[in-house]
Order: sequence, then C-alpha cells, then structure tokens
Amino acid sequence: MTPLHWRSAAEIAAQVAAREVSAVEVTRAHLDRIAALDRRLGCYLLVDGDGALAQAAAVDRAIAAGDSPGLLAGVPVGLKDLLVTEGVATTAGSKILAGFIPPYDGTAVARLRQAGAVILGKLNMDEFAMGSSTENSAFGPVRNPWDESRVPGGSSGGSAAAVAAGLCAVALGTDTGGSIRQPAALSGVVGLKPTYGRVSRHGVIAFASSLDQVGPLARTVEDCALTLEAIAGHDPKDATSIDAPVPRYRDACTAAAADLSGLRVGVPEEFFAAGLDPEIERLVRAAIAKLADLGARVVPASLPNSEHSLATYYLVATAEASSNLARYDGVRYGLRVRDPGDDLNTMYQKSRAAGFGTEVKRRIMLGTYALRAGYYDAYYLRAQKVRALIKRDFDRAFATCDVIATPTSPIPAFRLGDRTEDPLAMYLADIYTISCNLAGLPGLSVPCGFTTSNTLPTGLQLLGPPLGESTVLRVAAAYQRATDWHTRHPPGAERSTP
Amino acid sequence: MKITRDEVRATAALARLALTDEEITRLTRELDAILVYMEKLAAVDVEGIEPMTHAVALACPLREDALGPQLTVEKALADAPASEDGCFLVPRIIAHDKEA
Repeated sequence: MTPLHWRSAAEIAAQVAAREVSAVEVTRAHLDRIAALDRRLGCYLLVDGDGALAQAAAVDRAIAAGDSPGLLAGVPVGLKDLLVTEGVATTAGSKILAGFIPPYDGTAVARLRQAGAVILGKLNMDEFAMGSSTENSAFGPVRNPWDESRVPGGSSGGSAAAVAAGLCAVALGTDTGGSIRQPAALSGVVGLKPTYGRVSRHGVIAFASSLDQVGPLARTVEDCALTLEAIAGHDPKDATSIDAPVPRYRDACTAAAADLSGLRVGVPEEFFAAGLDPEIERLVRAAIAKLADLGARVVPASLPNSEHSLATYYLVATAEASSNLARYDGVRYGLRVRDPGDDLNTMYQKSRAAGFGTEVKRRIMLGTYALRAGYYDAYYLRAQKVRALIKRDFDRAFATCDVIATPTSPIPAFRLGDRTEDPLAMYLADIYTISCNLAGLPGLSVPCGFTTSNTLPTGLQLLGPPLGESTVLRVAAAYQRATDWHTRHPPGAERSTP
Repeated sequence: MKITRDEVRATAALARLALTDEEITRLTRELDAILVYMEKLAAVDVEGIEPMTHAVALACPLREDALGPQLTVEKALADAPASEDGCFLVPRIIAHDKEA
C-alpha cells in the first residue's frame, strides 16, 4: 500500500470520493510529515493546519451528504506565497509585505477550493519570484530534497521541493522566465507553465505582467493535467485571460493517448550548445529517442533568435517589474519604516530601501534605467522588437512540428551559495526556459533521469504552440508511462517517513 | 563604462530607493556588467519589426458598468500601516518650507 504522502492527486481524489480514505486522514498525514521534515528543508513559510483540517472536514461532510466530489477532492495542495489568500498572510518572500493579510482569494486559489483541494500552507520562493535558486527569499533558503547541500531551483523552489519530498501532492507555482519548470527539473518533479492567459493572474502578486503565468507542479503529468483543468479558464477579473473552453486535460494522459504515432517532435540544436552539462545532454537525447520509440517522428527545428532571449528577457521583465513594484509605497499595505522622515517622498525611499532585498533592488534599478528617457529606444523598445523575432521563430517552427523538445536547465542543482555573487551567472540558469515566456507558449518539464556523478534529477522540456497544453501533456504522460523516474523518491525523504 | 555612479544615483531617485554609498558602488559595477551583456541586442537587425508588448493579441474587453461586491472601507484599510477617519494616513506631501 502506497503511503498517503506518496499517493498521486488522482489516486487521493478517487479514494476520497469513494470514501476509502477521508480527506481529514490525508491532511493529517501531510501535516505530520511537514512537522517532521520541513524544519530541515524550509519549503513552507506558513502552515495553516487548522484551516486545512477545516477544509478537509468540509470535503468529507459534503461527500457523505451525497454532493458530487470535486476534481481534487481532499487533495493536499501547497501554494507559492505569491498567490494571495483571504485571511492568510502572504509575503511574496519579501520583508516589504510583512504583516500583509490579503482581504481576498486569487482566482486560481478560489478555483482550487471549489474543486475540493485542501490548502496546507504557503511555500517559500525567491523574493517577488526574482531568482533561480530560492536563495533570494527574505526568510531563508529551501534545500533540495535530493541533496540538501544544493538549491531546489527557483523561483518556485518551495513548491518544487515540497512536492518532491511528499509535503503536498500538488503545488501551485508561477513562471515568468522558468520559475515553475527550472525548479521542477532541479527537484525531480513535473512542472507546467500554461499558455499566457490560460490561467487568471487575478490575485497573483505581479512581477512582469506580460510574462507571468500560474501553473501546477506535481509528481505525475496526470496530476498537473487535473490541476490545470481545475484552475484554467476565462476570468472577468483578468483582462488578459483567454476566453477559450477548457478541455478535459486528463484525457491527454490515458493509455489510449500514449501512442505517439504521427506526432512530430522538433529538436532545436540551438538548445544543445556550449554551456550544456554533457550528462544532461546525454539524458535529454535519450529521452527524445524514447519519444521516437513511442512512435513520434523526430525532426530538426530552428530557433535562431533564441541566443538573444536572455538579454531580451532581462530588459522586458525588469522594466515591467520596476513599474509593478512601484506600488510598495508604505501607504496601503506592507512595511513603513519607523522613522519615515517628514515628507512623503522620504518615507517612500526609506521604506522601499528597508523592505526590498538585493536582487529586487538590482532589477528595479535595471528596469528603471531601461525605461529612462534617452535609453528607452536602445534598451526597452529594442528588446520588444527582438521579442517579436523570438515569437516569429516559434510560429515558423510549429508549422513543421507539434511539440519542441529541449533540456529544461543547462545544469543540475548547484550548491547553496555557489552563484549568489554573480548575477549574470545566476541569470544563465534560465537560458532554456525564457523564450517560452517571451512567446507566451505552454511549456512543461518532466523528469528524464539522474546524473551518474552525483545522482541529481534532470528535466526534459516540452514546448507547444499557444493553447497546446493537451499535446504537451500527452507527450509527457506517454513518456512517464514508458519510464519510471517519477516513481523514485529522495533518499532523505524516504528514510524520514513518520 | 556603460553607466556612471551619477546615473545610478539619478536612477535610484526615480525608483524611490534610498541607497547607501556602498550599494551605489556595487550596483554601478553590476549594472555595468549586465548592460555590457545587453549590448548584444544592438547587433540584431530589427528593421521594420513592430515591438511586441504582449504574447496574445488583446482586444480591450468591456463589461457592463454594474454594481458588484467590493471591499469595505474597513477591509481596505485593515492592512494599512497608518489610517485615520476612514483614510490612509501619510506624511506631509508638500516639503516643509522652513522660511515660511
């Protein structure tokens, strides 16, 4: 019998619906495990034990009363602390939001609750989702469950590590330049960034509004599909949310869908260039060969402007961030310094200086500079034009293939502290995930093996055309059916089972 | 040098960040390195390319101008560092003129 904490969301929802196990039992098992393991790992910033048990009891009562169980009945979920939760403190990993208790639930959170999910708590992250290691959290780092001397990736590092260690079945993260997929790869779980606009951004603390997107992390592709089905869809509260029907994403994960005959997998050689760890290259190429075994046709793809994606991203994202983060002014919520000076501007300057961390200040400065009169044309406007070229590359590539396969990260999980002194080296960790956000496409990372040198997880990235989530999920689910990487658990988390 | 200390100082004022001299020194060095990296975009041919502001083509959606549930004043003020008489409280907006 699989212990409760290693069961998939699909299994838990079916068993809770059939009253084979209660939502309260599942919730308690996860809360116990968090208490036993998380002091070491640092995944949760806040555990809402009472709230979770109350939600679980309500799910059990509704099912006992004969109500139709939700898609995620009794499934224990963790939320990246960028998603606002009514009455539950939300920090975005920043001191500047100390004491902030949101007065409402974001749309994705509300939809999870409606689907019967049980929200266990809020997960650690890089401050305002700016980072690739979760070391930029104002509240301490997260440790990678596979090797606790290493980072889990970022910025949704708490989400990825919590799923990997069995501290929740599913987590929500956000992905602006790779922040779901990169930590999923480094922590050995599945992570899906949907098409821009597929999931509402209402109630998601903004980083870069033209790039931000909410998505699930889970141990199986099917669980990501179920969760996306619950949270996706049009929302009048987000003017950029797409008004398109939400398909039954789980149907992409069935045995019948696992025959990939006729499907074309594009492989862009630009993503296998200098800087790619040779072990990751070997594992990703083996995974692509496995897709061919499953019937797919592997074809070359060309994304010539991808070499410009990192520079483009760090101009577009920081410009948008400098504008979005202007709202932290010590007036309506968040930190105001004790000695605010005697005029409003001094209060702003002192409060923001005290509340923001080093990386956030760096990005606000870069973005403000790129938008300044005299520099705007050379930096921001030019970046927006190169962004159009990057998008055009993808449009052309998807004329001859159905899905694009690449490594998710050029490197496996690195040691805590290894890259904190060099911002550019840290930015390079996102080199393969960024172009997907610039083009607004769906992208997924699925575990594809372990490095032999130090047994760290690696990820295969699959990119699809706009609203191509079903195709991406289908390929990833077929791959998981044919492999067993996702059935392995971190040794430390396995030993410490309560 | 792509950026000078004075430009960093002026940018910090625009961004409403009170930075220390050490932070200005460090940021001048770091932003310079980052902007040198960004220079690679100058070589890309973008002649005739329209700037892309969003990944999906957006029409500006309109909705009925109807009353709906809103935050109450109490809830809206509950997170404020300081409030009084149903309003957010801030330090004086016009700088103190000591000669007046």
